[in-house]
Amino acid sequence: MGALTLRNVTLGYDRHPAVHHLSGEVTPGALLAVVGPNGAGKSTLFRGIVGMLKPLAGTISLHGANARDVAYLPQVADIDRSFPISVFDFVGMGLLRRTGLFGGIGRRERLAIEQALQAVGLTGFEARAIGTLSGGQMQRMLFARLLLQDARIIVLDEPFNAIDAKTSADLLDLVRRWHAEGRTVLAALHDIELVRATFPETLLLAREPVAWGDTADVLTTDNLATARRMCEAFDEHAAACIVDAPSSARAA
Amino acid sequence: MMYDVLIAPFVEFEFMRRALAGVLTLALGGAPVGVFLMLRRMSLVGDAMAHAILPGAAIGFLLSGLNLIAMTVGGLIAGFTVAILAGLVARMTELKEDASLAAFYLFSLALGVTIVSIRGTNIDLLHVLFGNVLALDDQTLLAIAINATVTMIVLALIWRPLVMECVDPLFLRSVSRAGAPAHLAFLALVVINLVNGFHALGTLLAVGLMVLPAGIARFWARDISTMMMVAVAAAIVSGYAGLVLSFFTKVPPGPAIILVTAFVYLASLLFGPVSGLLRQMFPGRHLEA
Repeated sequence: MGALTLRNVTLGYDRHPAVHHLSGEVTPGALLAVVGPNGAGKSTLFRGIVGMLKPLAGTISLHGANARDVAYLPQVADIDRSFPISVFDFVGMGLLRRTGLFGGIGRRERLAIEQALQAVGLTGFEARAIGTLSGGQMQRMLFARLLLQDARIIVLDEPFNAIDAKTSADLLDLVRRWHAEGRTVLAALHDIELVRATFPETLLLAREPVAWGDTADVLTTDNLATARRMCEAFDEHAAACIVDAPSSARAA
Repeated sequence: MMYDVLIAPFVEFEFMRRALAGVLTLALGGAPVGVFLMLRRMSLVGDAMAHAILPGAAIGFLLSGLNLIAMTVGGLIAGFTVAILAGLVARMTELKEDASLAAFYLFSLALGVTIVSIRGTNIDLLHVLFGNVLALDDQTLLAIAINATVTMIVLALIWRPLVMECVDPLFLRSVSRAGAPAHLAFLALVVINLVNGFHALGTLLAVGLMVLPAGIARFWARDISTMMMVAVAAAIVSGYAGLVLSFFTKVPPGPAIILVTAFVYLASLLFGPVSGLLRQMFPGRHLEA
């Protein structure tokens, strides 16, 4: 049984599809890259998976897991950086599902937070206000919080954008560690070389699935050219879609 | 001499003692709520809500005269109605909270002024607009104390989701359903404390003892817990000093309290160690690392 099954999923806004007729299964422990041009529907797909967007049609199944058990790093974080909160307390939010709304942060939790900060290289930053962090440090902090969420499924939306090479490499090590621990990781990425080097599986998306499978088979010149020709604009006068059958994309 | 000015008025006159008790209780509940209002960039929302409670209080007044309990209940109902309607509209449609709240509170304010002017005298209208902290009776003091107690307990309960919704609302939404209930509970607290301030300071200034202390605290503290303490302390000191000022001058107590608070705010703006103006103009030599 898969960790995540998509059955003929159409996701979109105001009836216009942004991801059209996507079917497939993500196996438990998969390390899947989602690749496609801007506007291909990568973020929309992720928002559907974490339950923030209801599919227009089709079903997304997490096989018993709750959408809130998925750790999600959005592309555009809606974080108020001027809020007076320390790095330690911010990262501690990742423990919410363990402590609940009222549970205390005891010795064990403190240790877990310290270890997460150490894993992302932010030891010594505990008392700093989050507003004083650089872009790279901010991303490291968000990864520390993801670590503490201890989720079976981790969804990363363009996690390495505007991040320098050293930080990307450090954070990519964490992704590899999650993969080695048997967690399912989905990541939207633009760096094709990075995907080829690290991600065994790829979904090439261009509003509709272009290809889904082993990275080497998916990222061919032909497929990438097809993805690039994708039409981005919604047609205001589009007729209602009557295709009910799943599209021909191959399930992984 | 110091005794005559600072303590004697409260020893000699019962209405001063009552006023002091009222102001201290207001500070305990209102200032922490004000800090959250500021951190959520809702300071002006608090102001709008203060006007929104007017028709409820006015209907209470119409039904039973200057009965503070009736006015409290009416104010709570009107405030909750506006807060919840505005919150629901913001969550369910494209309209943002500020716009939807503006629409509801203007409607509410117009209705309130209409009701008061149909039935009341000019003195009633003055009481509604500016309150009278020197005329708090037992019942009203008790109501204020109960409201402040409820505020502190509820704030402790919703603290975690409230902070998380301020810092990173998307994250809270992705891990918990507590965001929306916490938000609505917080709006309820805002209304409760506005009704509280309404008795002492009137509908125009009620929000003063919430928003100004929070602004003061921002110049003195970098973390939210210290901010709360500074805000409460600032509200207590200003409330007390305002009462003394009002006792020895002809300034009415409500405006006196808010004037003193505003003065403390200006001083903090100048001298506060966290981003105060003097600190910015004379930051000292830069550090080595």
